[in-house]
Amino acid sequence: MKQDIGGSNNSNNTDSERIATKELTLNLGPQHPATHGVLRLVLDLDGETIVKCTPYVGYLHRGVEKLAEHRNYMQILPLTDRLDYISSMANNIGYCVAVEKLFGVEVPERTQFIRTIVGEMTRITNHLLWLATHALDIGAMTVFLYCFREREKILDLFEKLCGARLTVSYTRIGGLKNDVDPQWLDELYRFTDEFPMRVEQYETLIDKNRIWLRRTKGVGVISAEDAINWGLSGPTLRGSGVPYDVRKAMPYGAYDKVKWEVPTGKNGDVYDRYRVRMEEFRQSNSIIRQCIEKLPEGPIMADAPKFTLPAKDRVLSDMEHLIHHFVLITKGPQTAPEGEIYVATEVPKGELGFYFVSDGSGKPYRMRLRSPSFVHVSALPKLCEGELVADVIANIGSIDIVLGECDR
Amino acid sequence: MEPSEIATRLRDKFPLEVIEVKSFRDQVFVSVKRDRITDICRYLYEDPELSMNFLSDLCGVDYPERKYRFEVIYNLYSLKYNHRIILKAQLSHDEPSIDSVVPIWNGANWHEREACDMYGIVFNGHPDLRRILMPEDWEGFPQRKDYPLKGDPGWEYRGFDESKELHAHDSDWNIK
Repeated sequence: MKQDIGGSNNSNNTDSERIATKELTLNLGPQHPATHGVLRLVLDLDGETIVKCTPYVGYLHRGVEKLAEHRNYMQILPLTDRLDYISSMANNIGYCVAVEKLFGVEVPERTQFIRTIVGEMTRITNHLLWLATHALDIGAMTVFLYCFREREKILDLFEKLCGARLTVSYTRIGGLKNDVDPQWLDELYRFTDEFPMRVEQYETLIDKNRIWLRRTKGVGVISAEDAINWGLSGPTLRGSGVPYDVRKAMPYGAYDKVKWEVPTGKNGDVYDRYRVRMEEFRQSNSIIRQCIEKLPEGPIMADAPKFTLPAKDRVLSDMEHLIHHFVLITKGPQTAPEGEIYVATEVPKGELGFYFVSDGSGKPYRMRLRSPSFVHVSALPKLCEGELVADVIANIGSIDIVLGECDR
Repeated sequence: MEPSEIATRLRDKFPLEVIEVKSFRDQVFVSVKRDRITDICRYLYEDPELSMNFLSDLCGVDYPERKYRFEVIYNLYSLKYNHRIILKAQLSHDEPSIDSVVPIWNGANWHEREACDMYGIVFNGHPDLRRILMPEDWEGFPQRKDYPLKGDPGWEYRGFDESKELHAHDSDWNIK
């Protein structure tokens, strides 16, 4: 008897009953190592193929936007550390750039360069963690250990710089917590000497690996048009060939003072997104080197006594600065210009935007966080539907999400 | 294109819809009525000289003392021309609903769900309007200004319906 596997072109009832198929609903997460946090997916499966994918988020919702309405501008900074907790430095910079634009504070050039350096160090740590876990999810175990070796070095540098490894809170409104010292810069420069060689090492581990290629090429394809329409940003968008980077489009920090390129992919699959991030390692490395070479001398805090903390020696010798310091520490900035503003920065995951509604008081009337992870998770069904279950894991890895930022 | 020019075009095209144009630190904010929001958005999206193809953000804001209590903010950006404009649609307290822009930008889907979750704004024609960050049986809209940051313990969230049922008869058993 002829066996009809697909169930098509079948007029015989008994045959179709014998091989009747049923859609299966599979719950993935929220406690699952491959979901990179507390993401829950409900997958409707037809065999191995995904018919429908429904993400559920909110397990890590802490109401940062609501909390921010009840805190002054200085007190919000530590909250931003806890959004994307593996690249907190970039969030700090994004927040400070936004608030400075709202306040109309000009930041000294040295600070711009240092922020660019630490911002790119964050990009490297973030992409290292991304590569490590993404490769581990797909089955390449070795890369994990190599990536953590370099990540550890950068985290040590962060620790030397500001005392913290992950939740750094290094930037301040109008400047930085402290200046960098020459030894630290030397150590970082030595790191950038050897880092491109390390990137090549990672590539030799997976780039010509047959399993890696089969698991990533042609998987999770999204066209440039769709990627824009879904609001994707960062390497996830650039993997589809759209050269959009906030650092180029709306430059902040010292990005317009150094030479670098925006790597893009072509096909918009998991492999191209991986390639884009690998190229970003090299670009970030080059940006750090150029910034160290060009680093200008000068102050690190802006001269805006109503909004930024005065230098400690001035506080101890000058009555006026003592008063400003006292008011800022005990009550925070008392006034802010009235108005609304949206400022975006390029964090490792994409476009992080802060939208402030200020009513003139020392607290934001509304702080809106446009987090890249939130948008990327919303596009996950678009990437997954019609593909195999195993590819879901590759897709989650390739859009690079952190649920702390997604749920806020 | 300069953002102010986009605002001028918008005012010429929709003279009855545009209420107010404001500018702050080189960014332009256009307040519009809610009724023809999809027409306005579609115009901004499709006009070849504007080409607002990237919805950066969509969110709600609550102004309890105003006549139009809620604002929905559409943060539109053009990847092609590198210009940005921010639309603000005004909604009243009695009827906080507006047409969904998901047919234009798919990226609006979750942003609208979040605005609904946090402010109770209803987006007509949204494909899947459910709570997103809060549990599905949550009462109230947390980001409204009249929703306190901290409530009294009797009023605070006590868990899902299932766990409430589980403990409903605790008093019968003298469980302290």
